[in-house]
Amino acid sequence: MTKTPHISVQHLNVHIGNQHILKDISINIPDKKVTSIIGPSGCGKTTLLKSFNRLLDNTADVKIDGKVLVDGEDIYAPDAEVTHIRKKMGLLSQRPFPLPMSIYDNVAYGPRIHGIRKKSELDELVEQQLKATGLWNEVKDRLSSSATRLSIGQQQRLCLARGLAVGPEIILGDESTSALDPVSTAIIEDLFISLKEKYSIVLVTHILRQARRVSDHIIFVYMGKIIEFGPTEEVLLNPREELTREYAKGFIS
Amino acid sequence: MKRRKLEELFFRILMLLATTIVGGSFFLIVGTVFIKGIHYMNLDMITKTPGGGFYIGKEGGVLNAIIGSFYVAGGATILGLLISIPVAIYINMYMDGKRFLSNTVRMAFDVLFGIPSIVYGAFGFLIMVYFGLRASLLGGIIAVTLLIIPILVRTLDEVIRTVPLELRDAALSLGSTRWEMSKVILRQIRPGIFTAILLSFGRAIGDVASVLFTAGFSDNIPTSLREPAATLPLAIFFQLGSPVEEVQGRGYASALILTVIVLIITMLSDFLIKRFSKHKI
Repeated sequence: MTKTPHISVQHLNVHIGNQHILKDISINIPDKKVTSIIGPSGCGKTTLLKSFNRLLDNTADVKIDGKVLVDGEDIYAPDAEVTHIRKKMGLLSQRPFPLPMSIYDNVAYGPRIHGIRKKSELDELVEQQLKATGLWNEVKDRLSSSATRLSIGQQQRLCLARGLAVGPEIILGDESTSALDPVSTAIIEDLFISLKEKYSIVLVTHILRQARRVSDHIIFVYMGKIIEFGPTEEVLLNPREELTREYAKGFIS
Repeated sequence: MKRRKLEELFFRILMLLATTIVGGSFFLIVGTVFIKGIHYMNLDMITKTPGGGFYIGKEGGVLNAIIGSFYVAGGATILGLLISIPVAIYINMYMDGKRFLSNTVRMAFDVLFGIPSIVYGAFGFLIMVYFGLRASLLGGIIAVTLLIIPILVRTLDEVIRTVPLELRDAALSLGSTRWEMSKVILRQIRPGIFTAILLSFGRAIGDVASVLFTAGFSDNIPTSLREPAATLPLAIFFQLGSPVEEVQGRGYASALILTVIVLIITMLSDFLIKRFSKHKI
């Protein structure tokens, strides 16, 4: 890769309490691609994802060493502006958590806190993002009703629209389909695939078939270390490491 | 098989009995107040202040105490909220990396929670003496505010802790500051805030000891914060202590008024909680 990658992790170590969660992680996340982080439960994949937008900061007794460069800027530098870093990344969590407000306000929330006040501008943004996530036709007549009345699959797409509305460059997904039914899961997966034209996407998933369906690259994490990183087919079908082979076959879970 | 069925029956009866006792005593208490007080209940009781011979059984009512109670409890609840909401937000949203510190603050409020109200009354009285205040509405409000702040903080704290961490993450990952995120959380816990208001108002309007020295007592409706104010619990206390049957009866009527007020507030807050939980997850 010639230009600086969006996210570049250099010798990242994370301790929570006296547990060493992430051990000397170094990786460059490919641009405009879907990258999946896979690995058994408790291996540190969510921690790794959360280190990208500094949501780890809110964990009690956390100690973070090393560098995470986003667009060449070290996000753990003392003078780094957290809100600015987070604005660059949309997060889609395991279960949808719509903000306690209307559908419209959910999408408009991000733009509003970042200073967009004009109604026409907000209207346009809301419509654009709801269309991007395929929700527009389903909700356009009830934009002012509560976001919690939507089905869980619709809520998850709303959360994605909400994240896109702040104009991020990166989308982080933390097992974003694990609470959804198969149909909603397929919709979200298709969205990820179509969104990679504009965004770099990093997903945490424990479903290997999903990783295979949507991702271009795979990072295999085991016991806090990156065991293998490479193109999807290669890692899953022809792994270099024995551990990866065992995990892909379902021997370690 | 038979033993298991017997055991099931035994504990079921035990639970039913306990529930009946609790439910029964509720009706017994409200019933007693109602039966003893309803005979002396009339429009004068809630529309007039005590007349010249009120305390020997002549004309008048307890409007002074009703209004006084609302002033004291209302003022204390508003003042208490202004202090408690920032405290609850601060220990939850800004101290989350420092568990030792936030737990120390929580423990302090637990201790304050358990302090009897007479101590708050005495403490409020000391503050008043220090500032040269006489028994007054303001003094009563300050003492009752001290009394209910621990209730408010602990209730709000519990409510905020029920908000899923992911909702905070959701707001933060959109690039919100902690304060902007806190405003989202406040929206989320609106029904909980109403519960806290109800709990503390109920406690404030029914407490005698904290207002005994601080608010004083007066037959007039206070027109400024510096005037003494009557409160319903004290009015009940004084009237029940009277040897005159008429006055004692009015004591029960006053208790009935207080009970009805608390009942209305409970129902109102129930209604508001349902209304405001529209957007809750």
